[in-house]
Amino acid sequence: MLKTSPFHSRTAPLVRAQTWRRWAGYQMASAYDPHPDREYAAIRNAASLIDVSPLYKYRITGRDAARLLDRMVTRDVTKLRVGQVFYTPWCDVAGKVIDDGTISRLDEGTFRLTSADSSLRWLAMNAVGMEVVIEDVSERIGALAIQGPLARAVLAQVSPADLAALKYFRLVQTTVRDIPVTISRTGYTGDLGYEIWVEATEAAALWDTLIEAGTPHGITPAGVWALDLARIEAGLVMLDVDYHSAHRALIEDQKSSPYELNLAWAVSAEKGPFNGRRALAAERARGAAWGFVGLAVEWESLERRFAERHLPPHISNIAWRASVPVYRLGDQVGYATSGCWSPLLKQSLALAHLRAPHFAPGTRVQIEITVEHRRTRADAIVVKLPFFDPERKRS
Amino acid sequence: MNAARFDAIVIGGGHNGLVTAAYLARAGRTVLVLERRPLLGGAAVTEEVFPGFKFSVFSYVVSLLRPEIIRDLNLPRHGLQILPLESTVTPLDNGDYLASWADPDETRRELCRHSPHDADAAVLFGRVMHHMAMAVKPILGMVPPDPTSLSPADVMGFLRLGGHFRSLGAERFHALHKLMTMSSADYLDEWFEFDPLKATKSASGIIGTFLGPRSPGSAYVLLHHYMGEIDGAFRAWGFQKGGTGAISESIARAAQAFGATIRTGAAVERVLTRDGQATGVALESGEEIAAKVVVSGLDPRLTFTKLVEPKQLPDDLVEGVRRYKFRGSSGKVNLALDGLPDLTCLPGVGPHLRGAISISPSLAYLERAYDDAKYGEFSSHPYMDIVIPSMIDPGMAPPGKHVMSIFVQYAPYALNGGWNDAKREAFGDAVVATLARYAPNLPSRILHRQVLTPADVERITGLSEGNIFQGELALQQLFFLRPVPAWAKYRTPVGGYWQCGAGTHPGGGIMGGSGRLAALEILKEGA
Amino acid sequence: MSRSFDAVVIGGGANGLVAATALGKSGLRVLLLEAAEALGGQSRLVEFAPGFRAAPLATDPGWLPPAVARATEIDSPARLSVEAPVTIAAAGEHLTLWRDTARAADAIRPLSHADAKRWPSFIARLRKLAGFLETLYRVPPPDVNAPAGELLSFIGLARRFRGLGREDMLEFLRTLPMSVWELLDDFFESGLLKAAVAPGGMVGVRQGPRSGGTGFALLHGLVGAEAGVARGRAPWRDGPEAFTRAAHEAALRAGVTVRTGAQVARIEVRDESVAGVVISTGETISTSRVLSTADAARTFLGWVDPVWLDPEFLHAVRNIRYRDSTAWVLYALAGLPEIPGLTPEALRGVITLTPSLKALEQAADCAKYGSMSERPHVEVTLPSLHFPGLAPEGKHVLVARVQHAPYRLGNGTAWDAAGRETLERAVTDAIAAVIPGFVGRVLHRTLLVPPDIEARFGLTAGAASHGEVALDQILFMRPVAGWARYATPIAGLYLGGAGAHPGPGVLGGPGWLAAQRLLGNRPVRAGESS
Repeated sequence: MLKTSPFHSRTAPLVRAQTWRRWAGYQMASAYDPHPDREYAAIRNAASLIDVSPLYKYRITGRDAARLLDRMVTRDVTKLRVGQVFYTPWCDVAGKVIDDGTISRLDEGTFRLTSADSSLRWLAMNAVGMEVVIEDVSERIGALAIQGPLARAVLAQVSPADLAALKYFRLVQTTVRDIPVTISRTGYTGDLGYEIWVEATEAAALWDTLIEAGTPHGITPAGVWALDLARIEAGLVMLDVDYHSAHRALIEDQKSSPYELNLAWAVSAEKGPFNGRRALAAERARGAAWGFVGLAVEWESLERRFAERHLPPHISNIAWRASVPVYRLGDQVGYATSGCWSPLLKQSLALAHLRAPHFAPGTRVQIEITVEHRRTRADAIVVKLPFFDPERKRS
Repeated sequence: MNAARFDAIVIGGGHNGLVTAAYLARAGRTVLVLERRPLLGGAAVTEEVFPGFKFSVFSYVVSLLRPEIIRDLNLPRHGLQILPLESTVTPLDNGDYLASWADPDETRRELCRHSPHDADAAVLFGRVMHHMAMAVKPILGMVPPDPTSLSPADVMGFLRLGGHFRSLGAERFHALHKLMTMSSADYLDEWFEFDPLKATKSASGIIGTFLGPRSPGSAYVLLHHYMGEIDGAFRAWGFQKGGTGAISESIARAAQAFGATIRTGAAVERVLTRDGQATGVALESGEEIAAKVVVSGLDPRLTFTKLVEPKQLPDDLVEGVRRYKFRGSSGKVNLALDGLPDLTCLPGVGPHLRGAISISPSLAYLERAYDDAKYGEFSSHPYMDIVIPSMIDPGMAPPGKHVMSIFVQYAPYALNGGWNDAKREAFGDAVVATLARYAPNLPSRILHRQVLTPADVERITGLSEGNIFQGELALQQLFFLRPVPAWAKYRTPVGGYWQCGAGTHPGGGIMGGSGRLAALEILKEGA
Repeated sequence: MSRSFDAVVIGGGANGLVAATALGKSGLRVLLLEAAEALGGQSRLVEFAPGFRAAPLATDPGWLPPAVARATEIDSPARLSVEAPVTIAAAGEHLTLWRDTARAADAIRPLSHADAKRWPSFIARLRKLAGFLETLYRVPPPDVNAPAGELLSFIGLARRFRGLGREDMLEFLRTLPMSVWELLDDFFESGLLKAAVAPGGMVGVRQGPRSGGTGFALLHGLVGAEAGVARGRAPWRDGPEAFTRAAHEAALRAGVTVRTGAQVARIEVRDESVAGVVISTGETISTSRVLSTADAARTFLGWVDPVWLDPEFLHAVRNIRYRDSTAWVLYALAGLPEIPGLTPEALRGVITLTPSLKALEQAADCAKYGSMSERPHVEVTLPSLHFPGLAPEGKHVLVARVQHAPYRLGNGTAWDAAGRETLERAVTDAIAAVIPGFVGRVLHRTLLVPPDIEARFGLTAGAASHGEVALDQILFMRPVAGWARYATPIAGLYLGGAGAHPGPGVLGGPGWLAAQRLLGNRPVRAGESS
């Protein structure tokens, strides 16, 4: 049996077309409607409610909690203040990324780490010789993202917290209609939004409250398909799709460093000892061998390729996840790992790994496409991520 | 005696002998297989032991059969059909159970019930095993080079081996070194904390070998479970439709399709030689058959001390065969059931009955079972690997009835006072009584019971001391040391006389590797 | 005293003294820190009753590689001439394995003619194979980053150097993974003879004689032994501390500053490099190079802030098996004991009291489950026979080495008074069974279980081996895979104790090789160093 999320009793009846998928051992909705257009539109236009409970969550306390996290991740956890959230990758000794997630400092001695993959053993291995308690609270705590331009308006109706003052990547411990929650100004959509962390036993009540308060604002439950479109537009990497964990990769070539994932900003070069420090310093000095960039596919080129076969360009309302070769001047210079037709930007987008020096913005490349069973190539241009970066994301 | 009617005679119609015969016939040689028993397969046989109940009497599951053999001999066309054996359930002493299911998410969830740490570790462990299986795979498919030889082929063999190890890189080379030298318990201790998980995993390291989970050298066999996963032939373990005898039959049909002749009920008494050269065989019936090449699929003891006169052989070879360890340590109990067992820990009929049931509640349990055997007794509470093939392959039993195969470790060949009928039944009783602790209704479901001790295995199949691998898979009996140093390349000191049994590299299990490599060597000689 | 040194060597045992001497001779200003009040490490004397002393861990003082002695200008101490290195006395029978092979064969003959005939070839085989190990122990372990090339040339060079035939090579490879039980079964039929030799394969391991790898352990303990000997090396003529004295003098000659009673609290690291050593008084000694001869667990889990170490490395260190499972009972005796039927010469060697391979195996069984055997394997020596100074006039010291005594008893409980009492009685009973009137002569006795050894000698889990002598923990796997060449993940920190290749029982072997690595010297090749 697959696991079900604490919100399952509320989400399951809404899945109209039995479009389920697996996410970290959970049975989750790909979409509630038979197709995800309306769910995506709510993320960018109103407010969406996304069940992100399958994230792994760890509560870390004890004298050495900050030391443990600081030695494990690439950002400087000693600088993380109470009420603040860091997004960070973490690496092995060779500086290759194992996973990425967020660290929240809930109070002076309490942290919460989220990760895409289970991290309990790695945390324990990092904690050798330290005074620290690591609790896996993945199943105890449900997580619900409310994302979209109206997210704040919805949430403000039901929570006493001063949401206008809650800055990007900050959190507040508060209530939603008497339900104790942590609200963080974070998300995986690149839009204005919050993630709400709640005891599993209170999850259904939280859902009901938000639906009730949000309905006048057009709140819409959204599934993984809609989320995927949004995160590609936001240029956010996904484990097992855009990169492989260094712990799971079968060969060296499958591993990536933070520099190769467009995460240089998340490596604190000056901080104290941490896993991969030496290797990352060396990589920084010599320059990364790969870049992780956006590709904007040129519409005319796409249209031409299809027109040759007397077809209109194929546009899917679901993002693709596959390894697609990328060429420059005839040679393969990399591969794209996920992509979509952006309903908002009206552009075909892809996230791609390109070998140095081909990843500079503005570089013209070609991406493989398949037109009526035949492989061909469409022109694309390297762009800086994210593709979509609205003011309201941080406001 | 007449001029050779056959290019080659293969002594013993076990799966390796049949593979050798098939490869030789495929290369256009005229081949005769001589099997002592009325049926083919050696230890891979299916027999209707009780009316309507068919058993894979000895060997019962398959994962290692070399994929190149399946392809070269086109075995699926000749009847090879593997059915999935997907799960393992270990009943625990506290009434709970530990399961491993076909689906990784379900297995992870199950492991998390017992140890979230181990659930994480299992993924990484699987990755290391994948690497180790990749590291070992080319070795399984190569003729062991002789380190005492300076011939270009042997030197090249070592260079190739060296290149292979170099390509592994230090990290994987170290991991392989550990796997080859450690005890399975120590090896698993580095990864896991939940004792029944370690016990169940380590159980695969003790099968067929007179070692406990804490004996160094037992970790290597852990790999066997993972070999099937990388080879594309199987996911891990599987059942052959119709029992393991059907595998032997499929190889036999392939051999016959290539023109080989197969005779059952034809026991070879000895290999005929003239001037240090094999010229044919003499049957126990007195019949003599001439051949240019004679290949023995029997174990090294029979190959070198029964089929030929040891006097014809160099002293160091005879001494090496004397030192070679068989030490059969496993027994088998086959039950005909009029219904399914009901496990206390997982009552009723469920998916768990389609997989294996492992009686391995703790490392100490397995180690104590070994301690019993070490001092010459069968384990009072043995390790058992139990499958119910009729759950997946209904043809094995009458409708509604079932066959249960129980592999039992340890039952030492050299039992104090020797095996007899009373001891055999006492052993069977200990097995059923132990199992009844976990499935109390089992005794009342038993219609018939067949108990096989290592002495029975030896008597029926001819395997010396009842060792199912034709000699232990211990480090000092592997690769260029198997069966004895300097005679690991399928040749013997008698010209035209060859070995192709599991007593040669790469060894036991329904793998066929020995039979194939022997055939390729014979053909290389231009025989 | 200066608070800044070119290099700090931790540990004043054989390896520490040799390493410090080697570094000092190369011109470095070296400080040697020893936690105890006296130097000597495992060969240190314990005064267990007024006037009674023994060096329990140094019954076999080990092998001093001649090249190490020469290079460090240590005056290699002379050894005693022990005619009867091993005797088994059990259940009314006894057998002395004389150093003289013919004499030993004569002694064996009443038990088995065939065995007596095979004895010389067995001894020759052991000597040949141990000699091969000896060659491997003179040089650093092979670099496995080039596993085929270097490993093969390493073995090949050593083989040629030792004059081993190709068949001997195969025999060597075949013997390493074997159990000492199988090895002895290949040669002999006499149970008493096999039981006399087999415990040599149990030193530094938890396993019994039936376990794979004990064949290697037997050979390991024979490296550097005299011709004709089946187990162990002879004591120094001038007492257990003879080597310590010689090495100390050499260290002083090399300009080494020696401080005893200086317990290391931690090793300071800055930017992945050694910055200094802090001792328990709080005093900091600044240095950029530390060579630790303590075991790997103590060094890395005890003294280095884990944030500087890769979690995988820490995991590997935590997985080193420290489980010698050996205890000692030290007896102060009113007079010299007698074993009926045994010549006085036999008392000058090791006397093993376990009558059969099966009994040895059974003694090891309990350790697997974390309990103490009711009938442990006991072997005794009488050091005061050689060195009267260890006991008051006319009195004697008897040292009993006991296997297998686990570090922790079942369920992780510590040794309590009842457990100690039970073990002590079992050992005393075992000795009294062969020495009539033994109990009456005992003036005092002291039991040292593994936690006592840990506390007294600074050895993790009381393991004198610094890590079980098993095939997966030797050569390029020692102390942990990937870090077998004395350097560590911390720049400037080197490991040179028995936890590094070539392991325990090679006096100064690891320390010397680690010092060479620290100095950046070219690794010595097999055949060059003899």
